[in-house]
Amino acid sequence: MTPETVPQKTPLHESHLRAGGKLVDFAGWHLPVRYSGVMEEHRAVRTAAGLFDVSHMGEFKVSGPGAEELLQQLTPNDVSKLTPGRIHYSGLLTEAGTYVDDLLVYRLAEQEFLLVVNAANAEKDFGWIDDRLRRGVNLQNVSADYGLLALQGPRAQEILTELTAIDLAQIRYYRFEIAEVAGHRAIVSRTGYTGEDGFELYLSPASAPAVWDRLLEVGGPEGLVPAGLGARDTLRLEAAMALYGHEIDDTTTPLDAGLSWVVKLGKGDFLGRDVLVAQKENGLEQKLVGFEMVGRGIGRQGYEVLSGGEIVGRVTSGSFSPSLGKAIGMAYLPLALTDPGTEIQIQVRKNAVPAIIVSLPFYKRGK
Amino acid sequence: MYPEDFKYSKDHEWIRIEDDICVVGITDYAQDELGEVVFVEMPEAGQTFDAHDEIGSIESVKAVAEVYTPLSGEIVEVNEALEEAPEIVNKDPHGEGWLVKIRFSSSAELGDLMDVEAYRQFLDSGE
Repeated sequence: MTPETVPQKTPLHESHLRAGGKLVDFAGWHLPVRYSGVMEEHRAVRTAAGLFDVSHMGEFKVSGPGAEELLQQLTPNDVSKLTPGRIHYSGLLTEAGTYVDDLLVYRLAEQEFLLVVNAANAEKDFGWIDDRLRRGVNLQNVSADYGLLALQGPRAQEILTELTAIDLAQIRYYRFEIAEVAGHRAIVSRTGYTGEDGFELYLSPASAPAVWDRLLEVGGPEGLVPAGLGARDTLRLEAAMALYGHEIDDTTTPLDAGLSWVVKLGKGDFLGRDVLVAQKENGLEQKLVGFEMVGRGIGRQGYEVLSGGEIVGRVTSGSFSPSLGKAIGMAYLPLALTDPGTEIQIQVRKNAVPAIIVSLPFYKRGK
Repeated sequence: MYPEDFKYSKDHEWIRIEDDICVVGITDYAQDELGEVVFVEMPEAGQTFDAHDEIGSIESVKAVAEVYTPLSGEIVEVNEALEEAPEIVNKDPHGEGWLVKIRFSSSAELGDLMDVEAYRQFLDSGE
């Protein structure tokens, strides 16, 4: 019997209370699902900026002369292409090519990497890598050393510029620099999970509340608001970004999830490669697609997808899209049903509600 | 905040009596818990229900809440305005955000409902 664990507080716990955050328990952490409201926060991120506390994410340092080789073996993306200051999106795969977790790989130095993983999987991921360690590699769980803020939206750069001396325009997408933000040392990366421009700031836990306050101070007049987990989910869904436990899990491969760009078969051998090669050769039987509800109702995770009166799949994620003003979702469906315009139905409680397949992403930011 | 002349149910609904008709909506507490309402699913006029039957649902971005009829009776009117503007439930839950009007068959069932003081205590007790 596992002992009951009390949810952990992030370094910004007091800040959330002060900002009127409505706290919930998420993946073992106390975090705000919203402040002023999901729709309002969502719209702020799309038109100005939102500030998220994502300190619950896990961070691991993988270092040493064998670090690159180990990561090449355990992940499908090509680590040899990462020079210091670069980041890529990747995953930990099983021998079956399915997901243990999706993650970001930051190259801090020639022999030093930072892995950023989902909070819900942090313990599992650490154990996975630890079981496969080899000589010349040092693995450390450094999650407790970081508070993590995500500043996302078209005005993110404008706002952050006021608190840092570095030229943010020089940090391109999926790159990072070490800088001082409001006088506190930070890793500043141009990454995010919203489909908007933005930055993620890796700070010491002691610095995080001060930087949070300063950002809201200078960003408030620009429309910056604190944003919670509710908006984080509606934003990433509109951008068609996968969420572990929904679009990806230990039954899905990157190819199933439309993430073939993460898989570099030519880089050499890695865990799961054989299965992915075979899958690529044989073709997929089902595909992850997006749908829009046509009738009234929201097709949520787990709801059945129907075609011709038969169950053909289940919704992986679904919600109301504040940007589109309609309910949207994703599901794995047989190839024959995946062309945009195909009519399907979603079983929303007692009703089979009409829906239609649409191309992804649902939302793309203006350039 | 909570009108003195309303009755309240444990499902966080309010009831206002007008002769043999009761008007039903959800309370401010319920709309705050739900968040922004995007769809309201209501029954049709003429349908009859027993007390505590599910008569519809209110859907927000993050959640769905079933709506139960506190009293047995017949639906006489549904708030059509909520179809185009479901957010009225959030903005004015005790007024313009009313959901249905029911011609109720048994005033004995009123005894199961709480008055405003009891409802306030119910909220404080954290249920």
